[in-house]
Amino acid sequence: MQFSENWLRSLVNTDLDSQALSHALTMAGLEVEEMQPVAASFSKVVVARIISAEKHPDADRLQVCQVDVGLSAPLQIVCGAANARAGLIAPCALVGAELPGISIKQAKVRGVESFGMMCSSKELGITAEASGLLELDNDAVVGQDIREHLDLNDHLFTLKLTPNRSDCLSLTGIARDVAAITGATTQFAAIPSLATEHSDVKQVMVNESVACPRYCGRLITGINAQATTPAWMVKRLERSGLRSISVVVDITNYVLLELGQPMHAFDAAKLDGDISVRFAKAGESLALLNDQTIELKADDLVIADKSGALALAGVMGGQASAVSETTTDIFLESAFFTPAVIAGKARRLGFSTDSSYRFERGVDFGNTRNAIEYATSLVKTLCGGQVGPITEVIAALPARDPVKLRMSRLVSVLGISLDPQSVAQLLTQLGFAFESADDVFTVAPPSYRFDITIEEDLIEEVARLHGYDHIPATPPVAALNMLAAPEQHLHLNRLRDGLVAAGYQEVVTYSFVDEGWERDLLGNHSPIKLKNPIASNLSVMRTSLWGGLLDTLTYNLNRKQERANLFEIGAVYHQQAGAYHETTRISGLAYGSAMPEQWATATADIDFFDVKANVDSLLGADSSTKHVVYEKAEHSALHPGQTARVLLNGKVVGWLGKLHPKWQQHYGFAKSTYLFELDADALVNRMLPAYQEVSKLLPVRRDLAIVLDESVAVQSVLSAINEENIPLIADVALFDLYQGKGVPENKKSLALSVLMHDTQKTLTDGDADTAIANLLQLLQIKFDAVLRN
Amino acid sequence: MADLTHLIAEAEADFINSASMNDLEIAKAKYLGKSGSLTDALKGLGKLSAEERPAAGAVINVVKQAIEAALTARRESILNAEQAKQLSQESIDVTLPARAQSQGGLHPVTLTLKRVEELFHSIGFEVATGPEIETDFYNFTALNIPEDHPARAMHDTFYIDEANVLRTHTSPVQARYMENALKNNQTPPFKIIAPGRVYRVDSDATHSPMFHQVEGLWVDEDISFANLKGVVQDFLQKFFERDDLTVRFRPSFFPFTEPSAEMDMSWNGGWLEIGGCGMVHPEVFKHVNIDSEKYRGFAFGLGIERLTMLRYGVNDLRHFFNNDLRFLSQFK
Repeated sequence: MQFSENWLRSLVNTDLDSQALSHALTMAGLEVEEMQPVAASFSKVVVARIISAEKHPDADRLQVCQVDVGLSAPLQIVCGAANARAGLIAPCALVGAELPGISIKQAKVRGVESFGMMCSSKELGITAEASGLLELDNDAVVGQDIREHLDLNDHLFTLKLTPNRSDCLSLTGIARDVAAITGATTQFAAIPSLATEHSDVKQVMVNESVACPRYCGRLITGINAQATTPAWMVKRLERSGLRSISVVVDITNYVLLELGQPMHAFDAAKLDGDISVRFAKAGESLALLNDQTIELKADDLVIADKSGALALAGVMGGQASAVSETTTDIFLESAFFTPAVIAGKARRLGFSTDSSYRFERGVDFGNTRNAIEYATSLVKTLCGGQVGPITEVIAALPARDPVKLRMSRLVSVLGISLDPQSVAQLLTQLGFAFESADDVFTVAPPSYRFDITIEEDLIEEVARLHGYDHIPATPPVAALNMLAAPEQHLHLNRLRDGLVAAGYQEVVTYSFVDEGWERDLLGNHSPIKLKNPIASNLSVMRTSLWGGLLDTLTYNLNRKQERANLFEIGAVYHQQAGAYHETTRISGLAYGSAMPEQWATATADIDFFDVKANVDSLLGADSSTKHVVYEKAEHSALHPGQTARVLLNGKVVGWLGKLHPKWQQHYGFAKSTYLFELDADALVNRMLPAYQEVSKLLPVRRDLAIVLDESVAVQSVLSAINEENIPLIADVALFDLYQGKGVPENKKSLALSVLMHDTQKTLTDGDADTAIANLLQLLQIKFDAVLRN
Repeated sequence: MADLTHLIAEAEADFINSASMNDLEIAKAKYLGKSGSLTDALKGLGKLSAEERPAAGAVINVVKQAIEAALTARRESILNAEQAKQLSQESIDVTLPARAQSQGGLHPVTLTLKRVEELFHSIGFEVATGPEIETDFYNFTALNIPEDHPARAMHDTFYIDEANVLRTHTSPVQARYMENALKNNQTPPFKIIAPGRVYRVDSDATHSPMFHQVEGLWVDEDISFANLKGVVQDFLQKFFERDDLTVRFRPSFFPFTEPSAEMDMSWNGGWLEIGGCGMVHPEVFKHVNIDSEKYRGFAFGLGIERLTMLRYGVNDLRHFFNNDLRFLSQFK
């Protein structure tokens, strides 16, 4: 909501200066988003009339003007503006004037004395651009200060109003609130009720009295629709951000701005019979004033005549019945439409109007008739015409049920002490009628306040006027209780810290991604789509964090980074049978050398097992962990020979692998890229440590090398040993892998360390031999493995 | 019996001239070995008379002790020299860089979220979460924003379908948490924060379509607007580690709180908007079946990126999601 400060000040008498007024509005909840002077600051510029303009003897583009500035003698001024001509009335900066960036001095221009400067609107800081001198009206008083003449000592206020304060969508409403905030008094002019000059009426049939509880209409005949809108009205409209269109439209806009009541004027000659207010019929369409023809829906409220819909009620008028220059008779409308009926209608059509904006938030239904009277008086004054009687249809208006405000509640909600007298004073300033008894106020909200229905609404009003600034910052007093600290549940930050220690940098990427990534990289052909994505490459919800990580890698490689270890923790989104599921994933990417290039270590590129160590660490696993299993698997994004599915306690929790060479090529990565992704929920559950007897006896270690088929997965060997639970064997670990000389082709040699112990007695060689023999037998049976010589 | 004391000087000279342990052993043999001078002298004792023997033996003993002392001294000296040589050979340039993995780091948004969680945890707030694909009901209706309410226009919402949106704020977690708690027969006090990602259809230099918020909620029998101001001010002072920081509330409107306020924070002589807050609206309590006569609560929402920018002096929101390693690596 934009308006002229001077217009506001004409309606409320406040001593506050512009800055203080702006601050007071903001601190009372009417946030001043912008406050701008209508012109730059300048002085000594007056209304002037060019008496004569002669060509400069030595310059083609300059003229030497004799200018009447209201002094006894005219001034000689050299002027370069193309529109400088005898008879023109324009601003003139006198010698000594200070304009934005320029001081006016007596000067010689190409040998001719000049005693001032004729000005454009740009030079006065009124507009950003201008061509030629600012042409003033012929009735301007020569010699008058231009600031007075153009009312330039004014500011444009722009309020960022919250949706609950529809009562402040007018100058009257803002003035009322300024009075409430500051204790100043409003000075609203009385609206005359003009005598009727004819008795012609349009009958109004309101079929939908719930949607339109109040409707006022009036015929004004014989007007001059071509009359010029007076400068004062144009100025106030313009300073509210509205262009002058035609006098009748200007008047309706003016009333809208001043009173907050949207008005509409129909060309009465174009109306067919009487008026009805009804919902649209099936198949009905309407050509709106903005050249848009719409198919009306059953819940669209329309103003109609015998022939059909004339206007979309509360939103916009129709072209067919619009007022034009040739209009002589108008039918003025001032109505109250129920907010819920208008809400969303304009948005559905993709626009918003000053009218719909107000109706959907709530227009003062107590002012409907006043508004039509006010508009009538302006029409009569500016366009002439004969005024007819008002046709008013009124049904059940919104109830303004009394709202109770208990002092006890007020004080406890706000946490301040306030006495009933102060509250009564604030309610009075607000103009709310109330009764009070036993520290309970019973308040009757005024018709213009759609936001006062419960006690909290009144508490907020009192707080607002009392001043939020005057409410102290008080620490709460409450019972102290410790929070639960589940030890078996790791905080994700622990996992984050682990990855950071391993050299990984955390990133945060968008949750919506390119549909192509989902389809091609991840094989997801039915992603969750956004109806209104911000960009076509951010249109679906991710089911993996890899797309974002790869994108981040590309971004950084393009910026000359040579290695990157990245991770992200975030949600992925799946749909199943129409329901949406979110799970948190921990995902990582490793690219480039395993260690940063340095003198102490030979540079080697990262490989599968470097990253596997990072995954192990996230899983809380090491080589002796039994509950974590990696299975050879395939994934559309990964190299088929270097992909593992990760299982925790037998449940798949994620993936690890090398980016498929075709994707590496697609992304243009010079080196191999490794990726992992794990379900965070599965990782954060940890066992509570449970003490087990520490054996006093020392374990026995035997190393042995076995030869078996190279296709046998090591994990399967270790798992098999593990599952067999061979007596005395506590742990078996791989410490070497060998293929080559001494080992037959297509075979491999695994060197295993076998740790044996007995908690009861010292192991004998014989015991150890038996255990090893059992182990070898198992490996022989299961994997056709033989002991290497 | 010949004078033996000259042997002491000779042995000392031989020992000094021995540069290594090996040489020293050879020199030692010359005096104390099987056919060394002193051994010979000892052997010669047998030829002396019983009267002469003790005196001669004593002399030999004195000489022997002197030679052995010289030998021990020299041994130590050679050992020290050899050790010194070894130490000198093993000396390295300790100023060479370490053999090291690179240092990773957390995203600055995570740093802020961690601080927020820690600070609120310190006064007993628990972390609550909710879905990012949120139902229209929890994102709006349960927060007293019915369909077609003009307040919906304040949220530029990403839609998934008619009934589901990407949550536009973390406030739905309020409703979900309270509903769930009551279902599990828990009653207030409720003290939660709900950090997380939120989404708005808005993208320019100062708006990101995805950003982070933290929602705070405290419901109890005796919680006031003044307490809200107190908690928020306390948080900001601790977060920015500045005791002089104050918070200013400006009346505002959110359908799910009343009274509602915009929160401004004093900063470099001016005021900066940092979030919205208010007392939980009775309609919200009604939706989750909490008696608003008995209980009151406050709720607030803070922008995490905003806090991060102010904390670390980041001047461009877009840095957070470009993930330029040269930017991210500054937050170790």
